[in-house]
Amino acid sequence: MSSRALLTEKIAFFCLLLCTLIIVIPVILITAVIVKNGIAGLSWEFLTQSPRLGMRAGGIFPAIVGTVYLVLGTMLFALPVGILAAVYLTEYAKDNWLTRVIDIAIVNLAGVPSVVYGLFGLGLFVVFLKFGASIIAGSLTLAIMSLPVIITASREALNTVPQSFREVSLALGATRWQTIRHVVLPNSISGIVTGTILALSRAAGETAPILFTVAAFYLPRLPQSLFDQCMALPYHLYVLSTQVPNIKPHIQYGTALVLVLMIMIMNIVAIVIRSHFRKKKLW
Amino acid sequence: MKTGKLDIHNVSIAYGEKKALQGITFEIQDKEILAVIGPANSGKTSLLRTLNRLNENKSGFKISGSIHLDGVDIYKDIAVSSLRKRIGMIFALPNPLPLSIYDNIAYGPRMHGKRKKSDLDQIVEKTLKSAFLWDEVKDRLNLQALKLSGGQQQRLCIARTLAVEPEVILYDEPCSGLDPISTAKVEEAMVELKSVYTQILVTNNTKQAARVSDRTAFFLTGELIEIDVTEKIFTVPNDPRTEGYVSGRFG
Repeated sequence: MSSRALLTEKIAFFCLLLCTLIIVIPVILITAVIVKNGIAGLSWEFLTQSPRLGMRAGGIFPAIVGTVYLVLGTMLFALPVGILAAVYLTEYAKDNWLTRVIDIAIVNLAGVPSVVYGLFGLGLFVVFLKFGASIIAGSLTLAIMSLPVIITASREALNTVPQSFREVSLALGATRWQTIRHVVLPNSISGIVTGTILALSRAAGETAPILFTVAAFYLPRLPQSLFDQCMALPYHLYVLSTQVPNIKPHIQYGTALVLVLMIMIMNIVAIVIRSHFRKKKLW
Repeated sequence: MKTGKLDIHNVSIAYGEKKALQGITFEIQDKEILAVIGPANSGKTSLLRTLNRLNENKSGFKISGSIHLDGVDIYKDIAVSSLRKRIGMIFALPNPLPLSIYDNIAYGPRMHGKRKKSDLDQIVEKTLKSAFLWDEVKDRLNLQALKLSGGQQQRLCIARTLAVEPEVILYDEPCSGLDPISTAKVEEAMVELKSVYTQILVTNNTKQAARVSDRTAFFLTGELIEIDVTEKIFTVPNDPRTEGYVSGRFG
């Protein structure tokens, strides 16, 4: 009987390990393929010049700039709304029907497919509000898509602050807002920032939400205002892969590599911030 | 008519359906140490949290009756933050904020608008001395408060409460996590503070109540059974239940 238990144990261990390894394999393969095919395309010119010859030559500078603008715009809209909503929900909201409706809304918002956000952005920002296809319309669409993630991550971070910290502050006669400002936020900001960066890095790689709201097929000059269209890396990659015949693969893969690197850098920044604060954290 | 520092009149509280205090009426005299004793679920902690209104954020909290501080109804006629400035609280577990010793004490005064470094320096020194902690920490005020020992942390919490110049201090089993020597130091501080503050001590340690308090109130399942001079409670109480509790027969 005990030898049988031992065997079961071994099988279980093997299955668990196998499944864990299966997670790693695609990551390694994707990275390997992109790096192998894309590294040849990377050059200073590729990063700093506009596409030429029907995108078969030149660089991807306008797409990089466009993606940076979109990420910054998304942050500008989503960060304050997301964090303040999370603060309201964790610190002020009582457990009543309104709060429960908001909770359900957030969960459902997180489950909406990204192409639906794209259509929604088209309908609301581009057409109804007459922003046209523009950076502001794209950023707002990406912001709405990022909100549930930012709110959820921020709420989790706020909830890690011990209740006793809040009570001490209140018991000393501080107001609720003073308590949030001086005790709760300083002790949760690392989690909030980390969650936000991860949400933004996802937004940076999205194609569907920007498809109808901002992304330009080919626009070699840089956008001049929030109401201009711009190129963006994910959409540019889509165009290079499907719409441009006879293109050299190193341009496609080089574009993919740049996009992956940008997102990776954002994630690394998030990890560094988190570990930096974790070291300082005493409780 | 009303003469005490705090007048508690026919106060009942409940969390949703669960009643925690029922028809409590008594007075707390100016500058006395009142011990509140009783077994678990007797409503001791609920009483404290009702006095500084920390209860009211709990869902389903309901209160009836009235509580007056110097004749002012604390649930009607005073802003909650100014009430809590006047009625400070020491919690069961020492709970310094993750700040330096100095910033912990300066926290309250800063929230109430004191910003001048020299004022704050003075407050830090004075309150740490009152809490018998100054000599142990005067050379390392920038040390993380969480690195202090449990007993030192609790005295820091007392100093921090003193820093906002309260009139009443509530202690919620302040020594439950402390060793006997640290406990003695906290008790020493309480007795020393008697000349200035009204103090209410909730404790599970009846001996502690006997050692430091002037009067003692005995609570049982949300009701005030008896309140009297401490010596009397511990020698010839009126109610047999009080006698049973203080002599260790139940609780």
